[in-house]
Order: sequence, then C-alpha cells, then structure tokens
Amino acid sequence: MSLLLIKNGQLIDPGNGIDEKSDLWIRDGIVIAIGAYDAAADEVIDASGKIVCPGLIDMHVHLREPGQEWKEDIESGSRAAVAGGVTSMCCMPNTGPHIDHAGVALQIVARARQVGLCNVHPIGAVTKNLDGKELTEMRELSRAGCVAFSDDGMPIWHAGVMRKALEYSSSFGYMVIQHAEEKELTAGGAVNEGWISTQLGVTGMPVEGEDSMIARDIMLTRRTDARYHVAHISSMGGVELVRQARAEGLKVTTEAAPHHFALTEEEVLGYNSDAKMSPPLRTEEDRLAVIEGLRDGTIEVIATDHAPHHEDDKRCGLSCAAFGIVGLETMLPVSLDLVRGGVLTMSDMIAKMTCNPARLLNLDAGTLSVGAEADVTIFDADATWTVDRETLVSKGKNTPWHGKGMTGLVTHTVKAGRLVFAEGEVCG
Amino acid sequence: MRPLKHLFGIADLDREQIEYLVNLGDSFIEINRRSLKKAPTLRGKTVINLFFENSTRTRTSFELAGKRLSADVINISASTSATKKGETLLDTGQTLAAMQPHVLVIRHSLAGTCEFLADYLPNTALVNAGDGAHEHPTQILTDLLTLKQAWGNPEGKVITMVGDIAHSRVARSHMLAAKKMGYTMRIVAPKTLLPDQVERYGCEVYHDFDEALPGSDAVYMLRVQTERLTDNCAFPSVREYNEAYGLNAKRLKSAGSDAIVMHPGPMNRGVEISTDVADSVHSHILSQVELGVAVRMAVLAALCGGTGEES
Repeated sequence: MSLLLIKNGQLIDPGNGIDEKSDLWIRDGIVIAIGAYDAAADEVIDASGKIVCPGLIDMHVHLREPGQEWKEDIESGSRAAVAGGVTSMCCMPNTGPHIDHAGVALQIVARARQVGLCNVHPIGAVTKNLDGKELTEMRELSRAGCVAFSDDGMPIWHAGVMRKALEYSSSFGYMVIQHAEEKELTAGGAVNEGWISTQLGVTGMPVEGEDSMIARDIMLTRRTDARYHVAHISSMGGVELVRQARAEGLKVTTEAAPHHFALTEEEVLGYNSDAKMSPPLRTEEDRLAVIEGLRDGTIEVIATDHAPHHEDDKRCGLSCAAFGIVGLETMLPVSLDLVRGGVLTMSDMIAKMTCNPARLLNLDAGTLSVGAEADVTIFDADATWTVDRETLVSKGKNTPWHGKGMTGLVTHTVKAGRLVFAEGEVCG
Repeated sequence: MRPLKHLFGIADLDREQIEYLVNLGDSFIEINRRSLKKAPTLRGKTVINLFFENSTRTRTSFELAGKRLSADVINISASTSATKKGETLLDTGQTLAAMQPHVLVIRHSLAGTCEFLADYLPNTALVNAGDGAHEHPTQILTDLLTLKQAWGNPEGKVITMVGDIAHSRVARSHMLAAKKMGYTMRIVAPKTLLPDQVERYGCEVYHDFDEALPGSDAVYMLRVQTERLTDNCAFPSVREYNEAYGLNAKRLKSAGSDAIVMHPGPMNRGVEISTDVADSVHSHILSQVELGVAVRMAVLAALCGGTGEES
C-alpha cells in the first residue's frame, strides 16, 4: 500500500470541469482524492507553480514494431511518450506484419504491458495488407485490443471499399480513421503543391488531394451513418468540410498534428527533409484554418502522427526522403503556443489531448476522476528548453524543431501511480 | 563581388556575379577557337564530372572546359536505382570528395542534389549541372553569353520559351535570371505543362503559341520528352503537340525577321522544332553549344580561384 501526494499544483481535469489549485492523492495506482485527505503520504511530488493534468493521450503514433525496430520500437516509443507526458497512445497498423489480424495486435499489447510505461492501444487495419481491397476481421481485432480502424499511411481509396468499411465498422460501433489523400492527385509528390514546390522543382501534393477525399468520405458517412475520423487534418478546405458535416449532425471528427498548426511549407525551403510529412506542411492560410478549427471545436483532438525514421531514410534528399517526423516529445510545448496565443484556454488544450480522444476511442483514461487509474502529467508551462535531436528519447531524430526553443516542459509523468518520468529522465 | 563557393543555381547569384561569369566566359571564347586550345589557368586542379543522368553535351562541355584550362578531369557516369538513389548519391559524393577534387560537377534527377550534398562535402566546390526540375545554371549563363553575342545586352528583350515548363530546370533558371538581368520571359505551354503559380516568377504566361510570338526577340524551344508528355495525360499526342507548340519557319515569321531561335538540346526535329528553323540563319543553337564550353571554363575558373587574366 503506497500513498502518493502531488501537492500544490494547478489541477486541470477538463473531463470533470476542474481547474483549481489543489492536491491530488493516489493510492496503489488509483486516484483516491482531490483536495484535502487525512493521511500521511509515502511519497510527495511538489507541483508548486506547475500544472497537473490527466496523462496525455496521443491517438496517432507509429511505433514501428513489429518490423522496423531500427526506427522505433514499443519500448523506445513508450519512453519517448512518457518523456512527452503521454501515458496512452494509439499505434497505427502500418507495421510489418500489419495490424490486420489479431495476433499482431495481441503481440503489441503484450509487449507494451511488459514495457509498462505507457498504455498502447493498437489501431487495426481496415483492409488486409492495407491494400484497400478486403476488409479485416474487425470484430476479432477489436477483441484483441484495437480501439479503431485505419489504413493510415495509405488512404482507403476505393470509394466502394470505403463505403463497405464504414457500413461494416459502424454496425459494431467502430470508428474509421482515414488518411485522406487522393493518390491519383498526389503521386510522386514530396511537399505541398504551390509556389514553394515550383521553386524547388519538386513534385507537389495539391491540397485537393486531401479535400476531395474528405468530401467523398463525408458523403459516404452521411449515407452509412458511420463514425468517421479524419487523421492529421492540414487544409483549410478539409477543416471547412468537417465543420459543415458536424453542423449537419454527422459523426465526423478530426485531429490536428502540432506541425500543421505550428509550421508552414516554408520549412522545406533548402530541401529540409525533416520537414517532409504526409499530409505536407501547407500554406499560412491552411495553418490559420487549422488553428481556427481547434478554436471553434471542429478539431477536437491534438495528435502527433509521431513517425520516427532512421537517419538513412531521411538523409537522401527531399524527394527521396521518407514521410514523417517525430512528435511525442514536442507535442505539449508546441501545443501550448495555442494557449499563449489566446486560441485555447489551458483546459481546452488539455482536453484535446486527454478526455476528447478518450471519448472518441472509448478509452478508460483521460481524467483524474476518483477511482480512475492514476495517469498524471505534470508540466511547467513557462520553462524553456531547446530541442536537440541527439537528446530526444525516441530513436527517431527526424524533427523540424532541432535547435529551436520550446516553452513548456514536462517535469513528471505518472503512470498508474508510478513515477515513470521525472526531471528529464525516464524511470525504469 | 561576393566570392563563389559553389554554383547551385541562378537563385543564389546576384547580377554582378552573373555578369562576371558571362564576361569571363566571353574572354575564354578565344581559347576555344585557337589551334592550340590550352591555357594553364587550372593547372594542378582536379575536376570530377559526376553524371547520374545521361548527357552527352553538358558532360562533354564540362570536360573540354576543364581540359582546356589544364585541369585534370575525370568523368563518371553513375546509374541511379529507382528506390535507393539518394543513399547511393551520398555515398558516391562522399567517396569522390575523399579523393580531394577541387570541383565536383553533378547532374542528378533529384532536385536539390547540390544543396543536399553540400552539407556533407564541406571541402569540395559543387557545380550543379542540372538537378531534376530545379535549376541548370550553366545553361542559362551560356544562353546569356549567346545573347550578349547576338544583342550586346538582353535588357528589355523578350524571350518566348515554349514547352514542358513544369519539368524544366532550364525554364526555372531562366525565369530567375530574367528578373535579375532585366529581360522578359514569355512562357508558352498548356496548363498541364506549367508548374503551380508560375506567374510569381514575374513571367508572362501564354497557352497559345501564336499569340505569344509577336514581339518576341528570341524563341526558346524546350526539348519535349515524349514519354513524359503522354504518360501523365499531359498531352494527347506528339502530333497534336507539334501542331500547337512546334516551331516551324511559317510560325517564326510572326516573331519578326530579327528573332533568334534557341534550344538547350538535344533537339527533337519534327516535334518541338522543325529542320527549316533549326538549320536556318535564325538559329543560334550551335552557338549555344560552342559558348557553353567557354562559360563552363569561366565557372570552373571562378570556383578554383582562377581569373581571366591568368589565361
């Protein structure tokens, strides 16, 4: 029996409408009280001047295990997660083998438990081999721990397959997460199509590649009464389509990645392959539209699309480089810019990384309710630090923020009552 | 003048540097026309031509340029595998740089090849001999020397460029040079062969060749890669391309009697240009080839710290 006290912090638990200076009491991994509690703690964390919130949830990461462990694995990804204040994450199925049958999902869940730092919830594939043709056994994948379905990395591009996927998944309450990209429009592309791609002489990915697929999918969602979630939304048109669909009452949701609301296509000038991802960084107009979507609630979730790659996959010139950047360790400070910029309240920002994704995915996480498993993130919103790719915990060093200053630092991460990250070090 | 460390593209050059290279090239023309075609300017210097794309003319031009200035010149034709070409590129670049050449001249299908390699090859001067659809600076310096010979000064002139602008490094470099040097580029192509927002280069955009021709001082035809044309639905057929955008003697008349014709080569006779134009008095195409050697001599000399006086 151990009693942990996190004292004097600003406790923000958006799921329960709490935003107050208060103590948090945890016994044997469970939240037992907020505020006064008449007992002597075995362990005390002084959170004075800091914010104490539910452990963050990142519903979109690539952990590369099984299959590409030189890029990342469940252990290194879990360590990166807790270093970024993340205690639950959803891993995409483009592993090798893919998460398109229960065995792989079970393996991932088991390995994550063994590592024991962070909850890992697999996202099952929508189609076998992610090739967009035959549906996976979603019910079995669900029983094996998959919390939603996606072919992420690849779109579900055939409209007929997408219709069936939406019909079938929604029959059982599952959500389909779409990587919205019309490949016929984006083939060969490396960056956003526009003046920047023209100047670089690099094939562009037009914004219509994203918008047209979202538009199509929304129509199919309307017909099928399904649950449809747009991954990593990046375009002004896409945000507006989702806004309209939601106003209409469709079960359409979306997430934004920090890079899409913090950076623009200008980052790729000079052929910077660490600013290459899909969907690509877009224009300032698109960036501001994503921010407006976050502000007005169209975008309920912030998720990183954490995509670690080996140096060799990036160090080959912009057109040849792999898509994707790491994000777990920079998610919180980059998102805090939204609070500092007056776009979101601190509580709203935290909601987009805690109770909102938990609600979409039916996760038993994302709040500090009494009786809940005690996943807690403590951060200093004003502490400054500089991103150094060499000291990132993730195996992936592909960050566009290398050398850039960050404001906002995770000081402690608590997983089920156990301190898993403190003072810059992952514990265990 | 700002010294040159590399030559990545026209984008990095200012007007003074462009004029310096063109004038230095002008001073080297004479060497190429003598019977003893040799000057000691680059004696003791090593130049490696590393070509990942087939090229007879540019590679030969660089080779002669180096040799006529007494540099030791090595030519390497490397092949690119479709998937791993970037890694091969870095390893090849580092391997060659380890042999301590002064200049590495590189052609590659990857846009930004020199920018990418420069981070890893700090002690080697890099010359872009064409990188994907990005830049081809020595071609444009060549063209500027050709225009200097024809007109004295390109300022205020109109160059009408026709063809696959979207995939053309020559077009991009020319549009950048036009702004710096004060001439006008008219770009002629269907929308399928234009890059996004091309007008932001400050060029005039036409889809109708015949509409663009009047008032043109030079007509610059780009090579059409026929497989690229029809594979991507960019154009229905070579036949229709020739009808819409091919230059022939009849069409050239509307550009005026003094108009000159240019082409970066190699030509597709009967596709983008007809023989009656290619071999006419209007054509400066072979002049471009000749002056290309002189300009590349200037580029190598400038990068190796040599000057025109030493020749």
